[in-house]
Amino acid sequence: MKRARFSIWILLAASVCTAADTGWLKHVSDAERARTNPFAGQSDAIAGGSRLFAEHCSKCHGEDALGRGKRPSLRTKEVQQASDGELFSLLKNGYLKKGMPSWSALPEASRWQLIAYVKSLGEHGTTNAASPAPVGRQ
Amino acid sequence: MQQIVCSNIDGRSGRKLDLKCIPPSCNWFANIQSKEIVKLISALCLLALAILATPAAAQEWPYFVTYSHALEEPGNLEVEFKGVQATPKFGNAFSSGTIEFEYGATAWWTTEVYLSGQHTSNDSTVFNGYRWENRFRPLLREHFINPVLYVEYENLNAADRSLLEIVGHDSISDLRIPNAAARSVTERELELKLILSSNVRGWNISENFISEKNLTEPEPWEFGYAFGVSRPLALKAGSKDCFFCRENLSAGAEIYGGLGDMDSFGLKETSHYAGPTVAFDIPHGPTIGFSPSFGLNANSVGAIFRFKVSYEFQQIFSHFHRGAR
Repeated sequence: MKRARFSIWILLAASVCTAADTGWLKHVSDAERARTNPFAGQSDAIAGGSRLFAEHCSKCHGEDALGRGKRPSLRTKEVQQASDGELFSLLKNGYLKKGMPSWSALPEASRWQLIAYVKSLGEHGTTNAASPAPVGRQ
Repeated sequence: MQQIVCSNIDGRSGRKLDLKCIPPSCNWFANIQSKEIVKLISALCLLALAILATPAAAQEWPYFVTYSHALEEPGNLEVEFKGVQATPKFGNAFSSGTIEFEYGATAWWTTEVYLSGQHTSNDSTVFNGYRWENRFRPLLREHFINPVLYVEYENLNAADRSLLEIVGHDSISDLRIPNAAARSVTERELELKLILSSNVRGWNISENFISEKNLTEPEPWEFGYAFGVSRPLALKAGSKDCFFCRENLSAGAEIYGGLGDMDSFGLKETSHYAGPTVAFDIPHGPTIGFSPSFGLNANSVGAIFRFKVSYEFQQIFSHFHRGAR
C-alpha cells in the first residue's frame, strides 16, 4: 500500500515537472532574448506559419497546439508569454534532452513565421483577436 | 556446387585477387530466394506504414553522399529509396537500389538500416547486403559548426554499387568485376564519420571526414571525404498552398572522393566526383531528388546519375500511445 502511494506521488511529481518544464529558458542569452519578430502580427506571415506548423509541428503538438500525449501544449502561459527571441532560440537549438529537435534547417524567416503563428493562437481559453484559421486550411 | 577461379585486380589496393566464383546458372535459386524475401519484407513494411502513419515532408538537405547535422525528428520514420545508374568505361552499365529506414530514436540519436541490391547489364541482379548506421549529436545546442558522430556496421558483398561513399582506393576497376565473382566476397566493415555542418543565412555547408576498416581482412584503415553546400530556393513560406513553387525546391552541389589508406594517404589512385543536386518537396507527399555526379579523374566513372524518393512518417508509434488522437 505504502509502495503504491509512493509511486503515485512520484508519477504526480514527474508529470508536474514535465508540464512546467521551462529549463530551455535558462540557456537563452540576453542577445537572443532581445530579438524581435520581423513578421509579428502580419497576416501573410501568420498564414505561412500556419502551413509550416501543419507540416512540421502539428503531429507532436496537436493541430490545435494543445499538446499530444507527453508533447507539451504551445498555448500555455509559459510559451505565450515567452519573448519572440526566446522562442526563436528554442526553435534554433531545440531542447534535445527533452525530445524537442533543433529546427535550424528551417530558414530563419520560416522560423519567425512559425513564431508569429504560435503567438497568434493565444493562451488556451482566451479568445485571440487575430483568430487564425485552423492549421493546414489556408 | 561447381566453383571456378576468377582473377581480377582489386581497385582499392591494386593487388591481384583470386575470387572463387559461383556460376550464375548454378546460383539461380539462391538469387531468386533472396530477391523474393527482400520484396516481401519491403511490401509488408510499406503496407504497415501506409496504414499506421501520416506522411510529411522531411527537414533535410538535397544531398546524396554528404551528411548534415540534421537528424530525424524523434518518433519519425523516414523511408527512402536511393537509386544509382552509371556506365563505367569498358564495363557493363549498372543500376543500384538502396532502401533506407531512418528512425529518430531521440532528438540527438538517429538510427538507420539500409538494404542494397544492384542489376548489371549482360550480367545478373544481386542482393548486396545491409548496413546499420547510427548518428549522434554530442553537443545539445546549435553552434556555428555542429559536429555529429557517425558509426556504421556494413555487411555487404563486393558487388555493392550503391556508392554511398568513396573511400580508400575505390576506383572504376571495382565496377568491372563480374557479379558472380564479386558477390562471393563478403566485407564486414566499420565506418566512422565526423560530420561537421553549419546553417548560415539559409545556406547549409557540410563537411564529412570518413574512415573505414575491414573487420574480416587485415587491411589498413581507409579514408574519404564529402563536402556539400545547399540552400532552399525560397526562405519564407507563402501564405497559400502551392505545388511547383520555389519554397518546395532546394539546390546545391556536392564533391566527394577517396583519400587513400593508412599506407598511402592522398588524393591519388582513387576516384573523385562532383555535381549539382536538387530536391523537390511535394506538398503533403514525398521528397524527390536528382543529382548527376561527374568523375574528376581517370579512376572515376564519367557520370553517375543519382535519384531518390523519401517519405517521412511522423510519430510512427503514436497510434499505440494512450491518449493519442
